Amino acid sequence: MPYLGGEEALRELRRALANPHVQADRLRYRAAVLRVIRHMAQGADVSGLFPEMVKASAAADVVQKKLVSLYVRAQAPRQPQLALLAVNTLRKDCAHPSPAVRGLALRSMCGLRMPGIQEYLQQPLLSGLRDKASYVRRAAVLGCAKMLKLQGDCEVDGALVNELYSLLRDRDPIVVVNCLRALEEILKKEGGVVINKPIAHHLLNRMADLDQWGKSEVLTFLLRYRPRSEEELFDILNLLDGYLKSSSPSVVMAATKLFLVLAREYPHVQADVLVRVKGPLLSACTSESRELCFTALCHVRQILGSLPGHFSSHYKKFFCSYSEPHYIKCQKMEVLCELVNDENVQQVLEELKGYCTDVSVELAQGAIFAIGNIARTYTEQCVGLLTELLGLQQEHITSAVVQAFRDLVWLCPQCTDAVCRALPGCEDAIQDSEGKQALIWLLGAHGEKVPNAPYVLEDFVENVKSEMFPAVKMELLTALVRLFLSRPAECQDMLGRLLHYCIEEEMDMAVRDRGLFYYRLLQSGVEVVKRVLCSPKSDPSLGLLEDQTERPVNTWASEFNTLAPVYGRERWALITAHQPEPSYACSPCTDSRNRDTESLISEGNKEVLKVHPDTGSLTLIPDVYLTAEQFEKSWLSLDMSCHLSLPWCGTVHPDTIQTALHVVHIQTIAMSKAGVQPWKAYLSAQDDTGCLFLTELLLEAADPEMQVSVKQSEAKPEALRAFISVLRTVMGAAAGLGS
Amino acid sequence: MLSQIFILSSKGDRLIHKDFRGETCGTSTDLADTFYRRITSLPGDQAPVFMAHEGWHFVHVRHAGLYFVATTTPDASPFTLVEFLNRLVTLLRDFCGPLSEKNVSLNFALIYELLDEMLDYGYIQTTAPEVLRNFMHTEPVATKPFSLLDLGSIGLFGAETQQSRVAPSSAASRPVLPPRGEQGTRNEVFVDVVERLTVVIAANGTPMKVDVQGEIRLKCYLPSCVEMRIGLTEEFCVGKSELRGYGTAVRVDECAFHSSVKLDEFESGRILKVTPSQGELTLMQYQLADDIPSPLPFRLFPTVDQDPTGRLRLYLKLRCDLPPKSQALNVRLQLPVPKGVSSLAQELSSPEQTAELQPSTKSIRWDIPRCQGGSQLSALFKLEVPGLSRASLLELGPANLAFELPAHTCSGLHIRFVRLPGPAGPPQRWVRYLTHSDSYVLRF
Repeated sequence: MPYLGGEEALRELRRALANPHVQADRLRYRAAVLRVIRHMAQGADVSGLFPEMVKASAAADVVQKKLVSLYVRAQAPRQPQLALLAVNTLRKDCAHPSPAVRGLALRSMCGLRMPGIQEYLQQPLLSGLRDKASYVRRAAVLGCAKMLKLQGDCEVDGALVNELYSLLRDRDPIVVVNCLRALEEILKKEGGVVINKPIAHHLLNRMADLDQWGKSEVLTFLLRYRPRSEEELFDILNLLDGYLKSSSPSVVMAATKLFLVLAREYPHVQADVLVRVKGPLLSACTSESRELCFTALCHVRQILGSLPGHFSSHYKKFFCSYSEPHYIKCQKMEVLCELVNDENVQQVLEELKGYCTDVSVELAQGAIFAIGNIARTYTEQCVGLLTELLGLQQEHITSAVVQAFRDLVWLCPQCTDAVCRALPGCEDAIQDSEGKQALIWLLGAHGEKVPNAPYVLEDFVENVKSEMFPAVKMELLTALVRLFLSRPAECQDMLGRLLHYCIEEEMDMAVRDRGLFYYRLLQSGVEVVKRVLCSPKSDPSLGLLEDQTERPVNTWASEFNTLAPVYGRERWALITAHQPEPSYACSPCTDSRNRDTESLISEGNKEVLKVHPDTGSLTLIPDVYLTAEQFEKSWLSLDMSCHLSLPWCGTVHPDTIQTALHVVHIQTIAMSKAGVQPWKAYLSAQDDTGCLFLTELLLEAADPEMQVSVKQSEAKPEALRAFISVLRTVMGAAAGLGS
Repeated sequence: MLSQIFILSSKGDRLIHKDFRGETCGTSTDLADTFYRRITSLPGDQAPVFMAHEGWHFVHVRHAGLYFVATTTPDASPFTLVEFLNRLVTLLRDFCGPLSEKNVSLNFALIYELLDEMLDYGYIQTTAPEVLRNFMHTEPVATKPFSLLDLGSIGLFGAETQQSRVAPSSAASRPVLPPRGEQGTRNEVFVDVVERLTVVIAANGTPMKVDVQGEIRLKCYLPSCVEMRIGLTEEFCVGKSELRGYGTAVRVDECAFHSSVKLDEFESGRILKVTPSQGELTLMQYQLADDIPSPLPFRLFPTVDQDPTGRLRLYLKLRCDLPPKSQALNVRLQLPVPKGVSSLAQELSSPEQTAELQPSTKSIRWDIPRCQGGSQLSALFKLEVPGLSRASLLELGPANLAFELPAHTCSGLHIRFVRLPGPAGPPQRWVRYLTHSDSYVLRF
């Protein structure tokens, strides 16, 4: 690597380029130009050499022309005045006898990206579009798109657009595809290139001439076309049938997407296509290129979301191999989780068990959580397997197993006994915050079934001073108060000690507040405590939030073969959420039930729900209960503050909505059952200043929008805005989960 | 649509950087640097293929330690992007020879020229080598094939070592663009049958999963295009139902051909007809699952017990079930052991083998340079594991085996002939077979 930058190097290069002896020798001249490019590629500033380089482009040597054009294109935006020098030479080259030189000149001229160049471009471009060499026409067509981009918001030239549309009939397939691309960019504001019946059929007929890139791109453009009749639709599908068997995965996937979208009203056709694409997808999944393999796996997951049994017989293809990188192993484990059924569960679990002892902590924990997921259906086998893993006494394994147990007990109460039997002894091995919280929660909620629960918690109480994580302390408080209710004699003493510590010595405010809260709660009598804390310990219906019910193919057909499945739904929603959402803060949840509800909502949704909690302007208070009568009275007495409509499709799942609203502390006063027309719900919430928000949701039959009316007890526009954004986010999430 | 393409070295040096659309000037930071920072901030090898940054998306492919990165917009097709980057890698290999940091930076002018022809305004124009060749003017700069530091290539007293005789000869990895003035001297055609083996064998020795992924690759150095006929084994059949002839059939589950392969004589004579251009071409890909004609190449018989001093004794017997004339090379067995292991004592059956304990992966690595078909190797490992419990035996295994089988195909597929029209003679035709293990897992 030569020393970068430096005036010295630049001066030396200039001297070399200007030297007439160098200029006379083709090879030496080229070498000098090459050196400049090398400097440029490494990030040095070589813009000072512009005049010399432009001069170099006038030489006859094609290699040199190419090198200089590279330089000119990169440097022109920085030196607009000097770039005009280059235009002259390039214009001359546009009339060169060799098509290669003509095409190159046209390409470089359109790529100059500097203001005022358009006037020089028009003429060469128009003649380029009619050039007899296809190489030049290709460059000219895309050149039109480049030129119009430079013009910015000027009026689009109708004649040029017509010219491009007529070039769709060009002999050269690449010119055809380039025309589509150029028109797409030029007509972006009007919604892109129009694919009408003649164009669609013309493109279909030209498909065979295209290479794989052209094919996949044209197939994507054809997505826009809506066949007029059923007959036409099936003619098109028949014509494209062969592309489902192409040896290039990109063509196969583009064809699959087109089939899925065109046949949106024919579920059996869609199912048939997905069966046929199984082979190519599986071979991409086992491809030598890891990256291709990863992409295919993501799409397999997408398909599995709608057709859970689709790949079950091929489960062995998704076993991880030793040398694969993490991102593939993780995807494969997810896939295995989703395709498990009665026949293969034994083999899949055996395979996953092998990964649990992997040397990589993330992978091992991932495998344990995967087994935890499968346990929701095949509880007994999985709990046995997880219990066995506890015997290893390894920190990360035990922690992950206990967390898996915690989530499992919520959804499958029948395994509580088995879990409780496995718990003793885990406390020694767990060191991390998440694992400790899970263990403490289990001991608090199900302490009556674990004989030594008080003693384990006592150990935590003894060491509370050296505990690093506030979350663990809070969990400990809750757990101990709950355990105190079921086993008062054993817990009273240490509860006193813990409360004393939290109130008197603890530095963390949240922990101290929590301590004070329980202290006062206990003062008001055991009955009150019981009423507050003895919430249900399990809730199988929460599975609704977690288990995605089978989503119809049509919900994702338009995302197939885009980056959306690659990132996964949740992350994709996060990435595409361009407009920063109005922020709000959730107040810390006060009881463990709430926390668990949250942890069960999958990771991505949590992020959606809590955007920028730091700049919150609205805090909704949990557990404010309004009776139906109070609600009705307030509703009638208040004026409408705001009315809006939210997009909604499909049916309503009242349970999902209610749970989702509960998470952000919006209370449901009344709600119609699923399927009732029109569907209605009444909600209430209160913020920390005492301002009440009353809401009515109304969904008329077959209306794509849900009508929302909000009333506010005090006129606070800012809080209202924040509340509406919360409501919007929650309903959005609930709609996504329910449909 | 691709907005930029860059090639970064493993250390993050920018070897190639080409901006096709000039759209990213507005972004606050340099995208190539951002990409490298994101990649390196991730632990271990967890580099996701796709990453998002300020509305842009990075797609990358890793090859020979280099990152080939494209930035793109969200509506792009991921399959096209990945396939294109892979194709770019193949083309660069065809045009510049084996890829390395040095080779890429030496040939940067050629690579820029290539990219300029392949993409215009971020849209893929063509990737066909024969078309590209017409527009390429820069000559490849060959990296020096021989250097004193590269001692691996020299045999003792000039003798051919195992490595050089078996590893695909470097003749097939040189650039296809011949240096000027040397035309006509290298009329060669290589036909390679390469199979990857993915196997899981259960603890009782029954194969759980056997997958063979095969490819027939053609690398052609002929300057002019002629139609070539390649004959496969006559008993070759596709799918479960079809059976041909009386002999042992060579069966595959599925196979796909490159679009340029003509199949009019495939049904009758199992002949592929192709008019190749210079460069590499994958003629045919095939898969075979669960049911392969020959026995699996390796079986492992482990015995685990504890000796009186409390050490864990592992007796491994590895049997090679290849035909006696074949052999396996570079066999490496990787066996995870309990994490608490502190030391290892070993007894191996021959001196050329080596074994060591790898602390980073907590596993034993047993290297066997060569293993003849029908032979049996054994190793005894004694492990000191403080606090050994019954549960920690769970951490033992499964073993993973890596190996190469030269001149062997698991499917039994063979090339009967490679014929070129005209007088037989000048073009050198080479047919090579290689099976290597993608993943060969032996459970305990």
